[in-house]
Amino acid sequence: MPVPNFETVEITTDILICGGGMAGCGAMFEASYWAKKNGLKIVVADKAATDRSGAVAQGLSAINMYMNTAGGERTPADFARMVRNDMMGVAREDLAYDIARHVDSSVHLFEKWGLPIWRDAEGKPIRSGAWQVMISGESYKIIVAEAAKKALTDAGGELYERVFIIEPLMDGDRIAGAIGFSTREEKIYVFKAKAVLANMGGAVHVFRPRSTGEGLGRTWYPPFQTGSSTYFTLKAGAEQTCQEIRFVPVRFKDAYGPVGAWFLLFKSTATNAYDEIYVETRKPDLAPWEPYASVKPLPANLRNYQGILDEVAGKGPLLMRTERAIAALAEAYKDDEKAFKKKMKELESEAWEDFLDMTIGQANLWAAMNIRPEKEPSEITGAEPYFIGSHSGASGTWASGPADIAPPEYHWGYNRMTTVKGLFVAGDACGASPHKFSSGSFTEGRIAGKAMVKFVLENNTQPNVDPAQVEEFKARIRKPFEIYEQYKDYGTTDEVNPNYIVPRQYLFRLQKIMDEYAGGWSCAYSTNKVKLEIALKLLEWLKEDGEKMIARNLHELMRVFENQQRTWQAEAHVRTILFREETRWPGYYFRTDTPTMDEANWKCFVNLKWDKDNGWQIFKKPVINIVD
Amino acid sequence: MPAFVIAEKCDGCKGQDKTACMYICPNDLMILDKERMKSYQRDPQLCWECLCCAKICPQQAIDVRGYADFVPMGSQCVPLRGSQDIMWTIKFRDGEVKRFKFPIRTTPEGGAVPNGGYGDGSKANDINDQYLWTEPESAGFDLATLSLK
Ligand SMILES: Cc1cc2nc3c(=O)[nH]c(=O)nc-3n(C[C@H](O)[C@H](O)[C@H](O)COP(=O)(O)OP(=O)(O)OC[C@H]3O[C@@H](n4cnc5c(N)ncnc54)[C@H](O)[C@@H]3O)c2cc1C
Ligand code: SF4
Ligand code: SF4
Repeated sequence: MPVPNFETVEITTDILICGGGMAGCGAMFEASYWAKKNGLKIVVADKAATDRSGAVAQGLSAINMYMNTAGGERTPADFARMVRNDMMGVAREDLAYDIARHVDSSVHLFEKWGLPIWRDAEGKPIRSGAWQVMISGESYKIIVAEAAKKALTDAGGELYERVFIIEPLMDGDRIAGAIGFSTREEKIYVFKAKAVLANMGGAVHVFRPRSTGEGLGRTWYPPFQTGSSTYFTLKAGAEQTCQEIRFVPVRFKDAYGPVGAWFLLFKSTATNAYDEIYVETRKPDLAPWEPYASVKPLPANLRNYQGILDEVAGKGPLLMRTERAIAALAEAYKDDEKAFKKKMKELESEAWEDFLDMTIGQANLWAAMNIRPEKEPSEITGAEPYFIGSHSGASGTWASGPADIAPPEYHWGYNRMTTVKGLFVAGDACGASPHKFSSGSFTEGRIAGKAMVKFVLENNTQPNVDPAQVEEFKARIRKPFEIYEQYKDYGTTDEVNPNYIVPRQYLFRLQKIMDEYAGGWSCAYSTNKVKLEIALKLLEWLKEDGEKMIARNLHELMRVFENQQRTWQAEAHVRTILFREETRWPGYYFRTDTPTMDEANWKCFVNLKWDKDNGWQIFKKPVINIVD
Repeated sequence: MPAFVIAEKCDGCKGQDKTACMYICPNDLMILDKERMKSYQRDPQLCWECLCCAKICPQQAIDVRGYADFVPMGSQCVPLRGSQDIMWTIKFRDGEVKRFKFPIRTTPEGGAVPNGGYGDGSKANDINDQYLWTEPESAGFDLATLSLK
């Protein structure tokens, strides 16, 4: 494809929502209600189709955050305490509490919209853990997007799909909009807005995945989440937090099927090759992480750490004892063969639905390997690290908390506004606010949606968009095509050319750096100061060479920008783990030069930001408890 | 398990400007070859095997083949998605076939009512307070009753 002759489309709005995933749909839904009351306009941009975009594209088999406060089950304060413990003491309780007090409302709406939630004979939701409820969630995203889009249309809003957002537009210290391009037509979109919400998910493929052949895309976290939120907010000048708290899920090996239902619903255990239950035999290894090692449930990263120790000691594979779990469940029916058969059928169906609703590849792998879970165990292992602040990691942007409960250190005006005026975050994009999952991300989007309307009403001027800035970004969008056109005839092998780098090889280079120097799976998630400093040097060269990435069509152009965004995510991460001189989350990453936890000096947030004049700045922020 | 298009079955969505599989793939992998009037998957290495494409294809022209670098050959995992439920046919390498049917929604397609029938929420009328649209009715309790304890 020759250099496209991009047409520029300008769109002016009050509110711009970048990303239509779970948080984006929540924001669309809530902002529409308040915007309609106040005569404001909303525009939404997503690089995919909101019906099936983001981490919930495939469907889910559980809603992982539901309180049932009205039913007397859990309270927002309980939730904030759980989050604090699971994050080894470092979390924003104001943000967690805020989501928890609204999440039931969201879940009840989902059910009314048509999402099947599993309930027992008395109508009580069937829990697969303290906070989870089971669902038949194949169409979860479609249903949520349907309601959100209806609310948006009813408020006169507009949705632009297949628009990839590349950069924020700034008016001094205030956000003024965003720029992106269509992945389908030769169009550049310039969105001008008074308030902007960044909720473009987290990041995957920053670290080398376990499979690098055809199975490269079979990561746990979908390959279409590329660090856009971190990049966008960093470039706008917004302070980041918890960028060291990556997430390493332990999942069924190779296809990354979920283990939650097996552990929690079917009460399965996991053993090493010697039939030792490593969460028990490895208890003494957790002593340096007290008091968190005594919390129930054990923080996710500490459980990971126990398994990692066994694997490093050569005691792998780790095995999920599915056959024992099913036998134990069937034990209750041993005298009633008919009831036993019925129960087994039910369990089998539940087990397969768990995979088919959200990790079809695992179902296929079991079928390909003739695995019958009632007969034999299955291997589990740690994945490559991801950045997913809504799950059990916490990376994201530092955001203001709610006026009524956030302490002054955590509150500067509007709920979920970043340190940049008019720029808001929710879902994976909002840091230090983990464990909100799908329902909580949607809820946080709602919270931000309402706050953005308030912001626009109180700051009702259209910021200026600098035409020079727009031209600079337009040139960057054309450049990968221009480089290719200029040099493509230099050699006779298209992909091998000293004048440029193809996006796929750039991606492999990033992943190799991060895996080997920043504690990927091949190093058992370990790193140290010397390695991290090498990583920074290699990333600097990578960034320079990134200017030479080529695009041969609009799809590949998207890969160019995804890679650049991932690289900034990588650098923010490396800088943060380098700064924090302790090991607090040993199952996520391990600093071999500072191998223990240091409560006196490091029970704090590490925040960082970037700007053109001063480069990176990194500093501590206090942890303030608001619940007992 | 990258998705691929069975040439014989694909009709290019009858030459509409947007094919169903192109519309839905979250990773922008499906593309219509206008000369052959058939879609193809352009980057098997970045397929998440979410099967959004296979579930939406009106011709059932999309199948998957296990990732060549770690999945033994010969299995199948085929969805048939209706308006209320989804049917799965799972074929094992050794030939056994299992079928499962799961519900997908309890309302008709397009039938979601945004406020869920809760009304606007009797307290959702002040932009300055904490109540969200449909609250407190949708939550089932009033925020004011909560404590930090
Ligand atoms: C494998 C897996 C299993 C999970 N299981 C569960 C579970 O069982 N229960 C549960 O409750 N939660 C689960 N979660 C968590 C849940 O999926 C997330 O918490 C939630 O999706 C986060 O919402 P979000 O809006 O921040 O991101 P997403 O929902 O991922 O949405 C991000 C959006 O941004 C768009 N986007 C990205 N980049 C750009 C760009 N540059 N320009 C424009 N648009 C862009 C994407 O297309 C997408 O629409 C799971 C997550 C994963 C990955
Ligand atoms: S949706 Fe099916 S029929 Fe339509 S273009 Fe795609 S593969 Fe072909
Ligand atoms: S399986 Fe998913 S990622 Fe792969 S082509 Fe189909 S829709 Fe795209």
